[in-house]
Amino acid sequence: MRYLPLTQPDRQAMLGVIGANTIDDLFVDVPEEARLNGPIKGLPMHASEMAVERHFSNLARKNMAASHHPFFLGAGAYKHHVPASVDHLIQRGEFLTAYTPYQPEIAQGTLQMLFEFQTQVARLYGCDVANASMYDGSTACWEAISMAGRVTKRSKAILSSGLHPHYVSVAKTMAKYTGDTLDTALPDLGGSDTARLLAAIDRDTSAVVVQYPDILGRIEDLSAIAAKAHEHGALLVAVVTEPVALGAIKSPGEMGADIVVGEGQALGVGLQFGGPYVGLFACKEKFVRQMPGRLCGETVDVEGKRGFVLTLSTREQHIRREKATSNICTNSGLCALAFSIHMTLLGEKGLRQLAAINHANAVDAAERLSRIPGVSLVNETFFNEFTLTLPKEARPVVRALAEK
Amino acid sequence: MSAINQSGWRPEMGSAQSEKPQTFTGNRALMLEEALIFEIGSSDTCGVDFTTAHPELDEGQGFNKLSLSGGKLSGLERRRPIGLPGLSEPETVRHYTRLSRQNYAIDLGFFPLGSCTMKHNPRLNEKVARMAGFGDVHPLQPVETVQGALSVINELAWWLITLTGMHGVAMTPKAGAHGELCGVLAIKAALEARGEKRTVFLVPESAHGTNPATAAFAGFSVENIPATPEGRVDLTALKARLGPDVAGVMITNPNTCGLFESEMTAISDAVHAAGGYVYCDGANFNAIVGKVRPGDLGVDAMHINVHKTFSTPHGGGGPGAGPVVLSEALSPYGPIPYVARMADGSMKLVEEAEAVTDHPENFGRMVAFHGQMGMFTRALAYIMSHGADGLKQVSEDAVLNANYLLRSLEDVLDAPFAGSGPCMHEALFSDDGMAEGFSTLDIAKGLIDEGYHPMTVYFPLVVHGAMLVEPTETESKAALDQFIGAFRSVAERAKAGDPSLKSAPHHAPRRRLDETLAARKPVLVWKEPDLAVAAE
Repeated sequence: MRYLPLTQPDRQAMLGVIGANTIDDLFVDVPEEARLNGPIKGLPMHASEMAVERHFSNLARKNMAASHHPFFLGAGAYKHHVPASVDHLIQRGEFLTAYTPYQPEIAQGTLQMLFEFQTQVARLYGCDVANASMYDGSTACWEAISMAGRVTKRSKAILSSGLHPHYVSVAKTMAKYTGDTLDTALPDLGGSDTARLLAAIDRDTSAVVVQYPDILGRIEDLSAIAAKAHEHGALLVAVVTEPVALGAIKSPGEMGADIVVGEGQALGVGLQFGGPYVGLFACKEKFVRQMPGRLCGETVDVEGKRGFVLTLSTREQHIRREKATSNICTNSGLCALAFSIHMTLLGEKGLRQLAAINHANAVDAAERLSRIPGVSLVNETFFNEFTLTLPKEARPVVRALAEK
Repeated sequence: MSAINQSGWRPEMGSAQSEKPQTFTGNRALMLEEALIFEIGSSDTCGVDFTTAHPELDEGQGFNKLSLSGGKLSGLERRRPIGLPGLSEPETVRHYTRLSRQNYAIDLGFFPLGSCTMKHNPRLNEKVARMAGFGDVHPLQPVETVQGALSVINELAWWLITLTGMHGVAMTPKAGAHGELCGVLAIKAALEARGEKRTVFLVPESAHGTNPATAAFAGFSVENIPATPEGRVDLTALKARLGPDVAGVMITNPNTCGLFESEMTAISDAVHAAGGYVYCDGANFNAIVGKVRPGDLGVDAMHINVHKTFSTPHGGGGPGAGPVVLSEALSPYGPIPYVARMADGSMKLVEEAEAVTDHPENFGRMVAFHGQMGMFTRALAYIMSHGADGLKQVSEDAVLNANYLLRSLEDVLDAPFAGSGPCMHEALFSDDGMAEGFSTLDIAKGLIDEGYHPMTVYFPLVVHGAMLVEPTETESKAALDQFIGAFRSVAERAKAGDPSLKSAPHHAPRRRLDETLAARKPVLVWKEPDLAVAAE
């Protein structure tokens, strides 16, 4: 077995030191009637690297890879070219095989990277602070709703009809069990949901949750919603599923959002059939002690050198247990690194250029597609994805296109 | 005649110097300091070249920040500077390579972090996860175009069910704590289906912090169950607390004191008799794979940390994956979406629409897509490489290594439960017997100077100054022997009150860091120096 260094003589010698005759003497506390004798029946035995690789190659061939075809899927996961150096760097063993940086003296690499990541996310979102990542956009969205409840001490959130339906489903699952009330509506091709949101905000509202650009790709100014929410003591939560958009359009923070969350997959991470992705989470500084998840902060060591540590951990489960702001522990560290490296390669200039190219291509495509008889463009505004209505059912059309 | 030293230059060994001279750069040979990207990058530097059909957007053609055509952006063009520095590719590679060298990692050495299972991460797993058919597939592609990806999920699901002896598995949870949430929500849904409102979860004092946090996050209240002096769940106390308000228990087995809960079957029977469910925290499943199946111990739900048991990389804090195996009683309530194998061998996805008929009692959706595909490929490659025989050997070697450490160190370190029988995959020590003023923290920092990542410290909470040492099966006897020697040496220094230990580490990239300052005046993002001063 190529991954196991102990030899048979090693095992015998170690049993001798322990004072045991056989390895099973070490499993005496397992109830006898439940103990397994010999490998579990019906399961294959160990396999060579070549055999395993071949198995996966065969399965991989049955999938259509995005980079092998013209590719137009979006809705919360986006195909952008990821520079080769990103994947090379995240595979350095010192990043890949490190643990959560609980021993800061020997984890400054991960910690400095997280500090840089937090700063990049905060600036992209137009917020004061950001955390060290969540699982994905959908769980970050629920955590934001939950956090708004703690900040306002209210439990009714209003969700825009433009919020990704899977994000709505995740929130509904959680709200069913926490007793929060969610005011939701189905996506409406007809137009903006802003009027409904503005009308629904009242003194019981904890948060208004708006996706930007929305699930159909539309872009709306959030300022009026922010103003009305703040007037009633509620928070504006903005959700961004495509971070590249913020290289072209104003950040939610600039328009008054209190908490901005989203999916970071589009930069650095890759599609991976839905995971692992990286949830981004940022907010105004005054709410920092209600934030979920890990935070990295700057400090100094005993020699006065700048260094970084995980901080404000009295919010977290390993200290505060049932009173923690969230149960999250493991997050998406390595995906955060991939996001951060890609963002560093782009820089502000590259991000703006990437955004401009995305937008220009989308404008072209929308214009040409809407010239097809029977096809019409729903959006008046969009960044890089837009919605079409077809003269027939969409699903078979998508399948037929995939077959081409 | 010397072929290698024709110049007559005679290498000198130098004289031993006790004081190290300061360097101009602050670097010390291979120990390289690295500034922040905000200090070395610029908003006009870009390490990416683009392909575009739009000449006006090409850098050479005078791309400018505001060339956004068409008026489709609601007049919301981002005009103000964002403040994102860029680096060229060589600068980027160097920045992150330098940072990486300030990290300890399994690839560098022994990482005995109890409860966290830092074992070797096979590189085959990285290779298969990156195959375009898995790494470059969109979660919303038509199912006909992702049959191979769905097969991976289905095959891994089958292995997990078989290895645990359970009835079903929910694959979507994103990490251990998310898996706990999945299990607890399934229990809540099952109780609701029975028309019962039970509000309390019982959790042992020695539990991971995620257990009480999860129960609370799902709207339950939490009560502690005490431990016996032997370090196991107090069955009598547990039985006394069971009642119609108790939804279930959350038990870690093997537990966080490193012991197998020998009365697990009796615990499950008692909880079931009282109408509750048994949640098992599977963080320590790696000790018992192939030795015992949780399903045979009466467990109703258990998450599996694939980043622990099945060696997907920890990545400096994630991502992980936390599939949850479920008993027959809880399976109907598991979340959507999931993969189902059809009679003809093809795979389908059961999402909201299909669930109406296929899985009507599901408690809902936990994540946007299908879970951690990138972790599933790695875990399945690990499992297939080991096979049924190798997985059993993994558990045996992990337990053997931990017992070897326990028995080799119990004369120099207090091992509070050493008398309770063999440990499982981790050995627990306390700081009892150290010199006045010396504690677990000093031993941990001393081990850093010896070239080790410290063990888990101050957990579990039931032991004073706990040190939880998990060697894993991927360490050789020689590696263990060297660690035992180093640990003995540091422990003896702590017992003797060696003051140099109080200021350890001396040789790490940083000395002890001021965590109080970090928490009192949080600096969570970088600010331009003049702004940072202005903010004070």
